[in-house]
Amino acid sequence: MHDTSAHAVQHHAPTSFIRKHVFSLDHKVIGKQYYALALAAALIGMVLSWIMRIHLGWANAAIPGLHALSPNGAPGGVLTPEYYLQLMTMHGTIMVFFVLTTAPFAAFGNYFLPIQVGAEDMPFPRFNMMSFWVTFTAFLVLVASFFLGDGPTLGGWTQYAPLNAIGSASGPGQGLGVVLWMISIALFCIGQLLGSLNFISTTLDLRVKGMSLMRLPLSAWAWFITSCMGLTAFSVLMPACILVILDHVAGTSFFVASGLVLNDQVIPHSGGSTLLWQHLFWFFGHPEVYIAIVPGIGIVSHILLANMRKPMLSQRVLIYCMGALAVLSYMVYGHHMFVSGMNPVSALAFSFPTLVITIPATITVLIWVFSLYGSRLRINSASLFALGFISMFVSGGVSGFFLAQPSIDIMLHATYFVVGHFHMVMGVAAMFGIFAGTYFWFPKMSGRMMNETLGKVHFWLSFVGTYCIFMPFHYLGLVGNIRRYSTFVDDFLQPLIPVHRLITVAALITGAAQLVFVYNLIHSRFRGKPASDNPWEATSLEWSTATPPPWDNFGGKHPVVYHDPYQYGVQSSVGDYVMQASPEQVKTDHEEK
Amino acid sequence: MATTVHEPRHLDPRRAPDHGNGGGENSADGDRRLALDYSPPPSSTAIWVVLFAISMMFAAFTSALVVRKGSSMDWRTFKLPSILFFNTLVLFASSVSLEVSRRRIALFMGKVQEQVESPTRWLYVTLCLGVLFVAGQYVAWSQLRGEGLYLATNPSSSFFYVLTVTHALHVLGGLGGLIYVIRKLGKSSLRRSTLEAAARYWHFMDLLWLYLLLLLWVKL
Amino acid sequence: MGKFFAITIVVIAIASAIPIVMHTWEAPADISTHGHLIDEQMSETMAEAGISFLAAQLLLAFFVWQFSNRGVETKLKSFPGGAKALVIAALLVVGVEVLALGVFGVKAWADVYLTPPSANAMPIQVQAGQFAFYFRYPGPDGKFGPIHPERINEGSQEFFGLDKEHDVDSRDDIVTAEMAVPVNKEVHLLMHAKDVGHSFFVRELRVQQDFVPGLDVSLHFTATKIGRYEIVCTQLCGLGHYNMKAYLDVLSQDDFNEWMKKEAAMQ
Repeated sequence: MHDTSAHAVQHHAPTSFIRKHVFSLDHKVIGKQYYALALAAALIGMVLSWIMRIHLGWANAAIPGLHALSPNGAPGGVLTPEYYLQLMTMHGTIMVFFVLTTAPFAAFGNYFLPIQVGAEDMPFPRFNMMSFWVTFTAFLVLVASFFLGDGPTLGGWTQYAPLNAIGSASGPGQGLGVVLWMISIALFCIGQLLGSLNFISTTLDLRVKGMSLMRLPLSAWAWFITSCMGLTAFSVLMPACILVILDHVAGTSFFVASGLVLNDQVIPHSGGSTLLWQHLFWFFGHPEVYIAIVPGIGIVSHILLANMRKPMLSQRVLIYCMGALAVLSYMVYGHHMFVSGMNPVSALAFSFPTLVITIPATITVLIWVFSLYGSRLRINSASLFALGFISMFVSGGVSGFFLAQPSIDIMLHATYFVVGHFHMVMGVAAMFGIFAGTYFWFPKMSGRMMNETLGKVHFWLSFVGTYCIFMPFHYLGLVGNIRRYSTFVDDFLQPLIPVHRLITVAALITGAAQLVFVYNLIHSRFRGKPASDNPWEATSLEWSTATPPPWDNFGGKHPVVYHDPYQYGVQSSVGDYVMQASPEQVKTDHEEK
Repeated sequence: MATTVHEPRHLDPRRAPDHGNGGGENSADGDRRLALDYSPPPSSTAIWVVLFAISMMFAAFTSALVVRKGSSMDWRTFKLPSILFFNTLVLFASSVSLEVSRRRIALFMGKVQEQVESPTRWLYVTLCLGVLFVAGQYVAWSQLRGEGLYLATNPSSSFFYVLTVTHALHVLGGLGGLIYVIRKLGKSSLRRSTLEAAARYWHFMDLLWLYLLLLLWVKL
Repeated sequence: MGKFFAITIVVIAIASAIPIVMHTWEAPADISTHGHLIDEQMSETMAEAGISFLAAQLLLAFFVWQFSNRGVETKLKSFPGGAKALVIAALLVVGVEVLALGVFGVKAWADVYLTPPSANAMPIQVQAGQFAFYFRYPGPDGKFGPIHPERINEGSQEFFGLDKEHDVDSRDDIVTAEMAVPVNKEVHLLMHAKDVGHSFFVRELRVQQDFVPGLDVSLHFTATKIGRYEIVCTQLCGLGHYNMKAYLDVLSQDDFNEWMKKEAAMQ
């Protein structure tokens, strides 16, 4: 066929099972594969958190099944201190990398970005397929560390030097476990770079006629901005991981200083820089957390718009805010290092941009909240999670006021205050973004509606539950509860154990609520009510194609875009909205902006 | 030999976006605020993305080098193997031959000039020079090993190997790209944008090498 | 259900604020000379963060209450002033707020980190290693002998690897497992990492600082209240991290002298 689009799709409709569902070039299948990976990872990460929380509340509790997993790590099912740290490290690593980077960005982005710009697929489908399978391999390598050697590394997801480079004398899992972690993460970085490649090219080059940059939906902007961040961040973490691997296997000394003594033996490495790792890691690490949240900001905006039935006060400002967050994210990373021993003047230099980053975050929240004014807000599972995101983003964000200041950080660094902060923004808000996206887009992806009642049950238990878990973390932090402790033995910590027990109970209940979601997903996939092409009466391009979309997204014809993405609150022949691809003229008293 | 290289489509005159159209009607014909009818081919964007990522990686290695050098007194400078300068010339020559081949192929595809020789000849020259470069790097590594400078001998030698090996691996990737271009040309299905992307990547490897050489020369 | 959501948020917001307002969760009383600046910074930040938190949550709740599930016949409205008003408000209010916090916080930070110890501060060295803190006092000569890593031997309690035979300065060094300081006397704490990263944290003293392997970091502080306080490790250092601690005894000058004599006799 003669292709009329600027760039022909590079593959044809697959026929075999393997080509359709396993090694698929179709961005939609790849998106679903990423989603499945994230779901599996989230369940594993969640179970790990249950084990951690039970141990923190009841240090001598025998946890069923653990002895089988690791007789050394958990003899009789009771966690040893090292195994607690190993599980904690895996919890953090799995959640940050394989859930929070994968689901909002790689899963939904892969599925919907090409459709939202009007393309048939991403421009490099083979790289896209490679991106998923490399990421999947990275996951397998990471999980393998549970079963190889003396277990996973215990150094936390931040893997500070020299603990990450000194080898097994420093603890179980610090030999092979670290090497596997580094290989896994290096592979993950490569996978995500391949993904960013496709996302950026798709956004810039495959937009269909009429789709100017400013007409892109906010979710598309979010994925684009995120992929730019990923490009800069992952390409720095990967070389850092390679240098650590060399310290392990090649006898180099990038990160191990001289004169260190472990178990009465002088360590042969010398001259390395401890802080070098922290600089490289956090240069990646801070943008990474924005990579985790920015897609959620885009998705939540997208969903709120469809449910408010009116435009935002300003889409353009939201785009600028996302961009500002991305740019500033590179200037703030030293706020993780205030008491690290780096030059104390640098601490002030990092503190100011960290305080300034509050501004675009605040503007974003204000735009959302004040756009609700005068709306006809629809309440459903998707919009509830979107609203919950706003609440959580605020709660998690205000603790940033404290942590941005080095003098206050003296008291809060390495306490549960930090743990509460990042769990609220990442562990809850970003997760709520994923849930909102799921409830919203499931009909388009599967052709069936999810069960609304179960969705609401999921929401209420999760919303109240996560507040019950993570708000108390802040109080614990204020009194000095140190993090990454497997057990609380210090004089001032023992009285806090009852609080930890309450939190554990909340955690287990909230965890159980997630199973409602999983059940809803599976049940709806097969028995859900059939969905129409546009059940939410939404406007962006994904809703103007069939449900689920055909393999080339638009059935051979390319849409033409006539409108801005969120023309709600107008009077048209179909209702109070006009779709982007609809040529209909409508009267509106809202400026397109 | 006929080729069917897909030239980029012609530019349509783009209508100026209508700012401040404000409230009121939206045009029914959708021509208001046209997207680019001619977008850059994705491989053009993609290659910049790739080059940016590679630059960031070497920037990370550079800062690691600078920090590591300053963190301890154990940095021992050494004389760079002299073959490196020969290798540099080889790589530069390969960039020249690539440019020659690129222009000839473009002319050939535009059917401006009938070529007696195959337009791929200069690509093969580039390929050979590229292989020669990598071989020369291997000789440099052997020379260093002969002097007792291995990966872990000293932080300076560590960085030498890390930087040059990583660069050489990326050059091998570039060679793969050139082979891909040669095959596509042979099947008469080479896109202009693919050729441009491969060329850009290769020239970048050259520039990157010059940067690394300078860095190593100054710091080592 | 929108109204129910609004109520839930209000309840959560108020419930979250109560423990703060009632001051039930605060750091223990400050025993340092510089800590009051940190505590003031903390209070101001708490007030500003608290107000922002409550305002945002209550506004969200209010708008959801007012505008959820309204029928199609209701009129859509746009907040007066639009985005421009909000951006300006955010820039002004939040901008000024964070700038103020930043600027006023500089002094608290500078007091700890950007001022040198006074000339007559008492030097004490602390070494962090898996999984204990050990302390060293320079003795009457006021000088610390060099650390020989190859001589470190925990079994024989040679924690600092001192060579008293060959290094004159080491001979009168006093190594202890607890840290004692005289009240109201400035201490210059020299921090040495034996193996991996650790951190030194005493809540009451308002000090926290990482040990950096390969780098000599130091702190100075003055303790103002006699008592026994916990020093805990706050940087993940291995399996014994949770149990890595020591005690800081702030003693009267006389008691401190007594203590030093006893410790010196045990070397």
